[in-house]
Amino acid sequence: MRVTQGTFSFLPDLTDDEIRAQVQYCLDHDWPISIEWTDDPHPRNYYWEMWGNPMFDVKDAAAVMLELAACRRAHPEVYVRVSGYDRRLGRQTTAISFIVQRPAEEPGFRLVREEGADRQVRYSTIAYATDKPAGQRYAPRT
Amino acid sequence: MTAAERPTPEGGPGAAAPEAPLYVDLDAAIRETPVAEALAQLEDDLIGLRPVKERVREIAGLLLLGKVRERAGLQTERPTLHMSFTGRPGTGKTTVAMRMARILHLLGYVRKGHLVVATRDDLVGQYVGHTAPKTKEVVKRAMGGVLFIDEAYYLYRPENERDYGQEAIEMLLQVMENHREDLVVILAGYGDRMDTFFRSNPGFHSRIAHHLEFPDYSADELMTIAEGMVAQQQYRFDDGSRAAFREYIARRMRQPHFANARSMRNAIDRIKLRQASRLLASAGRVAVDELRRIDAADVRASRVFREE
Repeated sequence: MRVTQGTFSFLPDLTDDEIRAQVQYCLDHDWPISIEWTDDPHPRNYYWEMWGNPMFDVKDAAAVMLELAACRRAHPEVYVRVSGYDRRLGRQTTAISFIVQRPAEEPGFRLVREEGADRQVRYSTIAYATDKPAGQRYAPRT
Repeated sequence: MTAAERPTPEGGPGAAAPEAPLYVDLDAAIRETPVAEALAQLEDDLIGLRPVKERVREIAGLLLLGKVRERAGLQTERPTLHMSFTGRPGTGKTTVAMRMARILHLLGYVRKGHLVVATRDDLVGQYVGHTAPKTKEVVKRAMGGVLFIDEAYYLYRPENERDYGQEAIEMLLQVMENHREDLVVILAGYGDRMDTFFRSNPGFHSRIAHHLEFPDYSADELMTIAEGMVAQQQYRFDDGSRAAFREYIARRMRQPHFANARSMRNAIDRIKLRQASRLLASAGRVAVDELRRIDAADVRASRVFREE
C-alpha cells in the first residue's frame, strides 16, 4: 500500500529534477530545508530521524541534493522526506514536507478494532512493517 | 564600451546545421545582459587595477560569447571558471571577487551569485573527522555562488604531515571537479606564497583557469582612493591636510605592514579620531563645515611623521 503523507503525495513520485525545483522554490522563499528519514510509516509518527542539521544559510538546491544523495546512499530502503520551515513571525511552521524516497515494498497497515463497553469500537492502525524490529523492516533492495 | 572591442563578424559558420541562423546579433546579446553595466561599474568604482579590469573584461567577453554560441546552436563546453587572485593585502581582491560573482551571475554561470568568504579556520577542523563536515558545510553554503578562500596557502602545512588541511584540500579539489556547475572557487593570497602553494598542490594549479595578479597601488591612486573614502564619509581635506596626506602616503608606503587601500582606511579612521578630539578640546561654537574639514595637524600627528 502506497503511503501518502505530506505535499504531492497523491502525485507520482517526484523525479530528482522536480525535487530540485521544489527545493529551490523553498530556498527562494527563505524556508530552510531539512532532510529526515524513518522506517516507521505510521501517519502519527511525526518525529523522523534527522539527516544532519536543518540547512540554514544554504542558497542553492544543489547543496540539498548533495545531502539527499548522501542520505539515500546511507538509507536506501526507508522513507525519506524533505521539509521546508517557514520561520516568519506569524507562521513559524513547516510550510512544505514531501516524501522523496520510499521502500520498494510497502506492506501497508493493519486495522485493529477494539470492542469497548456499550458496543463502542475504537480503531487503531498498525504498520505491518513495525512488526519487525527497527533496522529490519524493509528488505534491502536486491 | 564593450561593443567596440568585441570582434563583430563572428556570425557565419556555414558548417552548422542547415536550420541554424547564419548571423547572430552580438550587440543585442550585449544589450540583453546587464553585464556591460556591471563592467562599467567595475571600471568606475575601482581605482587603478588596470590589468585586473582587463582580465575581468576578457573573461566576461569569453563567457558572453559562450552564451551566444550556445544560442546559435554551437556546442559550447562550460569553461572552467575557478580563479586565483594574487596580490598584496588591501589590493581589492575581495572587492573584485564580489564583482566577479555578480558578473558570473548576470551571465548565468552561477545561479545565485553570492560570495562566501572562507579562511583556513572555516575549512579545517580541530580533530580527526572534523574537517570533512566543516568543509562540506562551507561548500554547501557557497553552492550557486562563489567560494572565496582567502590566504589559501594556509590550508597546506608541509611541516606537519598529519595536518588536517590536506583533507580540506582534497575535498576542495573534488568539489572543483565534480561541482563545476554549482560553484566557482576563487583562491586568494600573496603572490609568492601562492606560487609555493600551487607548486606543492599541482591539482589546484591545473584546475584553475584564470590567474589574476593584483598590482600594488601607486601613490596617486592611493590618494584618489583616500579622497573617495573621505568624501563618502562626508569629510573633506583642505589644501594643507591634502598635502600632508600625500606626504603621509609616501612615508607609509616605505614602512612595513603596508596594506594598500586597507592602510588608507585605517589612516582615515585615526585621522577622524584626532579631528574629533581636536574639536572637542577647542569646544565653544563651531562652524558646521569645521565638522567636515580635516586639518593638516590631524594628519601630521600620525606616528608615521614622528619616526626618522
